[in-house]
Amino acid sequence: MTPEEIKKPENIVAKRPALLNDNTMHYCPGCSHGVVHKLVAEVIEEMGAEHIAIGIAPVGCAVMAYNYIDIDWIEAPHGRAPALATAVKRLSPSRLVFTYQGDGDLAAIGTAETIHAANRGENIAIIFINNGIYGMTGGQMAPTTLEGMVTATTPYGRRVDLNGHPLNISSLLAGLEGTCYVTRQSVHTAAAVRKAKKAIRQAFENSMKGLGTSVVEVVSTCASGWKLSPAKANEWMTEHMFEAYPTGDIKNTTTQKS
Amino acid sequence: MPKITGAVEIDRERCKGCDLCVVACPCSVLALETHDVNDRGYHYAADVNAAACIGCAACATVCPDGCITVYRVVEK
Repeated sequence: MTPEEIKKPENIVAKRPALLNDNTMHYCPGCSHGVVHKLVAEVIEEMGAEHIAIGIAPVGCAVMAYNYIDIDWIEAPHGRAPALATAVKRLSPSRLVFTYQGDGDLAAIGTAETIHAANRGENIAIIFINNGIYGMTGGQMAPTTLEGMVTATTPYGRRVDLNGHPLNISSLLAGLEGTCYVTRQSVHTAAAVRKAKKAIRQAFENSMKGLGTSVVEVVSTCASGWKLSPAKANEWMTEHMFEAYPTGDIKNTTTQKS
Repeated sequence: MPKITGAVEIDRERCKGCDLCVVACPCSVLALETHDVNDRGYHYAADVNAAACIGCAACATVCPDGCITVYRVVEK
């Protein structure tokens, strides 16, 4: 068959989701944010929730997510997305409310908001991008930075005696009564991306069913912050990040409840 | 046995040349254009070995910018 015969609309098996608009994303080449944006757009499209979805994007690289996914968005002050999401979900329970946060946002400045929203069991979905670094501000150490990892503020590597241990916030959140689904995924291979999509879908459905707080952590790369090529960053993540942040479901109580 | 043929279409101007699709492709269909850049100065991905494509969509799945449309035809 000639390429012209194959390239027909009825033969399409994968394309850019309709909710992801034509704006070129400002993310660096190979950034995991793009993949997760695509998954969020795909899941919302498949759920037919484009008119009821409200995303909350606080400070971080993803603050400009409203430019790329055609749903309603609210920008929150740094770390305050779960607090804002609480208000939105309580005032409009029929809406699909989710936050999209990075590790500097969720695990550092917004720790209190995150823990209390999860502890109250707010019916929101939290998408947590964990790349172990403050990507937007130039690669400083985040609470999730691995031991020995070189960042702009730890040029000789993170020292546990000085900077503490890497914060495994998803495991912490799984220990709370209010969370119904806590999972850790990654988006470095096609198979991992498909699993992450399923996890996001389940988190969004939990939110609509009112089962409690769902957290989807996505172990991600920051090629610019890590000073590696995107492909090398994925390799580095597989070698080092998965040791501290193993992927898989950490908690899932939804099967018993429904 | 059914014969599977695929094809990819890359949005050249949206591509940032991150190389992730090239790594993900199991049939070595894709490569970054070495002698040409798009309007934003990136070496975009191109289907240099288009005949080998099986339409598995691994490239489109890992593409962070959603630049790739994948087509697949199964001939029985």
